[in-house]
This record gives sequence, structure tokens and C-alpha cells, in this order.
Amino acid sequence: MKVRVNRDICEGHSRCKSLAPDLFDLDEFGNATEAGDGTVPAGMEDKARLAKANCPEFAIEILEDEG
Amino acid sequence: MTSATPKRPPVKDWQTDWDHLDPRWRDNPFEIWDEMRQCPIAHTDRFQGAWLPTRYEDVKTVSYDTEHFTSRRVVIRDVMIDDPLPAPPITSDPPRHKADKQVLLPFFTPAEMAKLEPKARRICNELIDGFIADGRCDAAQQYARHIPVRLIAFMLGVPVADSDLFIRWIHEILEVGISNNDVGQAATKEMRDYFRHHIALRREGKTEADPDGPAEDLITVMMNGSLNGVPFEDNHVLGTLNLLMIAGIDTTWSAIGASLMHLGQTPADRQRLIHEPDLMPMAIEELLRAYAPVTMAREIKKDVEIGGCPMKKGEMVLLSFPAANRDPEMFPDADKVVLDRAENRHGAFGLGIHRCVGSNLARMEMSIAIEEWLKRVPDFRVDGEVKWSDGTVRGPRQLPMAFG
Repeated sequence: MKVRVNRDICEGHSRCKSLAPDLFDLDEFGNATEAGDGTVPAGMEDKARLAKANCPEFAIEILEDEG
Repeated sequence: MTSATPKRPPVKDWQTDWDHLDPRWRDNPFEIWDEMRQCPIAHTDRFQGAWLPTRYEDVKTVSYDTEHFTSRRVVIRDVMIDDPLPAPPITSDPPRHKADKQVLLPFFTPAEMAKLEPKARRICNELIDGFIADGRCDAAQQYARHIPVRLIAFMLGVPVADSDLFIRWIHEILEVGISNNDVGQAATKEMRDYFRHHIALRREGKTEADPDGPAEDLITVMMNGSLNGVPFEDNHVLGTLNLLMIAGIDTTWSAIGASLMHLGQTPADRQRLIHEPDLMPMAIEELLRAYAPVTMAREIKKDVEIGGCPMKKGEMVLLSFPAANRDPEMFPDADKVVLDRAENRHGAFGLGIHRCVGSNLARMEMSIAIEEWLKRVPDFRVDGEVKWSDGTVRGPRQLPMAFG
């Protein structure tokens, strides 16, 4: 599983960073990006889904593994 | 303090004659919003014509549409001022908005706010020391109101001893000033003169800022602000400083007060937060959703149809984020506080480009204020009449609590 933040839509609510701090980074203005290449370590899938479900701007996308 | 809203004709029909300054709205807006949501975009001929969406989707549509809606005016008043003073970035539109906001954002990130946590905890405990032995307090007046004002004074670089002055100005601007322009404008002028004085001090190499305050206080940040090498005009600097003070005080005061009220009325939620402290971040978001204090407005700058409603240039739209947050289409059991609500895209801090600059500060203040209160006063209940603010920031202004 991977997470991806649409930087054009993110407005820096930082809800994702609060709920899943290991999966997201904030820039100097507080806007979010996915940490690293966005890969969600095993066991953190629920946190990734929680972050997505709490983004007020619908800026987080989750790419599920195939198969 | 003077009563904010003079007598006004009672609302005949909330869908066609709404008035957010009506005392019924102040005391219990939730049923009114449910009624309006059937419409779903209400109109009033009051305020020279204004619309009011109450569904989350419609509030979001207007928030995102900067082509037809301008932030030139963000408050709906009985008498509209012809040429309102700018308060960047809240009154800025694209493309200028981005730069006006970015000068502030680095000072309000979660990491920066975490540095202020020890200070916030100290403030909360000093306040609790002042009333805990009494076995009761007014949590709005003796606790919630002092926390944000002390922290924003610290960040701005002005003396905390002037707090009562700031609270009076804000009452006169945001409550009395909605229906009495003279009072609101006089307070705005006083506030601008106050910041002019503190800017002049800094130009002489002096300051009255707390010696333990941030290396770069917000007055200094704004004095040094520029865009493409052109320093910000005085009007911009003063407008932003006024905004930081106004926006940073009674909003969070309201949110802390409403949260404590809920916990004082709901022993199960209080127990749950005490026993599951890790729940705090989600609980804060849910309390923000259910008791969002801030309503903003937009002016219609080009005729547009939203949800079948013909909105005319020059009319206003009241953006009720609190009503959007109670929309059952977006939030199942919208009128119920569910501390661990899993899907919670609330708009308490706005949606789109005008997301509140101070949202991370507000969250930090709320978390610390509730944590420290629960540590020292784990058992408490609302004991007496709760009185609410007038105007466009809604929160308890009298909140009697009994302990134990």
C-alpha cells in the first residue's frame, strides 16, 4: 500500500500528520507530503486509511497493492 | 460589558428571513440549521441581502469558488462599511492571498506550536491554582478566556498585562460592532494605534515583549515582511496584526469553553478521556466539529447560481462551518458527539485556501487546556446557566462549574 498527497489540494490542516506521523512529512509552511516514496509499512494500513478519512480537502489518495 | 445586539424584528421564517443575530440562534442554533437544511440555501432581505448554505457540500462549494466570491468582506454587519480595512490574509483573494498567508505559516506549524506547550501548561496551571480551592469557577471567564490571549500576546511580542484591553477590543469589534459600526471602528482604530506604538518601539531598538518570548515575534515578522523585494505597506502590516489578535483570542476561548461544557455535561465522555488519554487528538477534532465556533462570510463578486439559487453581485453569503459540521449527509449521527469518530472531515477551520492560519495553535491550546483541567479537576459538572456570545464567533461566555 502507498499513500500520496495531492499538493495542489493540501491546505495544511495537518490532520494526517497528527493521525499517522510516520507516513507524512510537513514542509516549512505546514503542508503535507507522503514520507519517502509513500510506502505504508506493514501494520500501518489502518493509520493510512484513517489519515485519508480525516483530510478535509480530500487530498490523500491510497494506492492498494494489486492482488 | 454592553449587550451586543439591540432589539431587532423577530425572525418570521428561517428559510426566507434568517438573522444570525437573533437570540434564538445564539442560544440554540442546531434546530434552526436542521430546519434551514431542508431549503437548503436560505436567503434573507436583512443585511442588504444575504444567503446561507447549511449543507456541507454547499459550504464547501462557496469556500472553493474564489471566482464568484471575494473575501473582501468576511463579516456580515447590520450596516456594511463601504471600504473595509484589509486584514491579510483573511481578506485577501488569489493571486495575492498566497504570499499574504505564507509569511505567517512557518510560525504556526505543529512543530513550532509544540515549543509553546510548556508555556501553555504553565498558564493553565496558574489559572487553576486561582480557583481550585473554591470548589467552583466560571470556566469561561476564569479559565478558557485567559489561555489564548496570553499565548498570542507572547507570540506577537506585546505585554500580557494588556490582555483585558485586547478582550475589550475584540468584544467591541466582533460582538457590539456587528450592529454598531461606531463602536467597532473605534476599537479597530485603538488596536491599530496600539500596534503602531509597538512597531515604533522596535524601530528605536526597544520592545515590551516577554524576554522569554520567541526570537522573532510576529510584530517583527510583519515589519520585515515583503513581496518581491517590496516591503509590506503599513496598512497591510497593521491589518495582519489586528487579525492575528482578533482571530487568536475569542475563537479558541469559545472552543475550550464549549469543550469543557460538553465534558461537564457528559460524564461518560469525561471518564473516557481520563482513562484513554491517547484519544485526545481525535476527541479534540470531534469537539471542534460539534461546537465549531467560527462563521465567516463572502461577498458575491459575480452573479452565480449555487444549488439553484440566483446569487447577485454585492449580496453576501454567510459561511456557517458550524452548520456544515452538523450536516447528517456528511456526518452520521451529526448531532451526537462521538469522541473517536473515525471519519471526520470537519470544516471548523474553514475549507480551501482560507484554512485558519492558527489551527495548529488552537488545537494545541485546546488539548493542553483540557488535559491540565482533567488532571487537576477530574470530577466536575455544569452548575448554573450557560450564556453564549453574540455575533459570528459562538462560545460560552458564562460557564459555571462545580467540582467534586
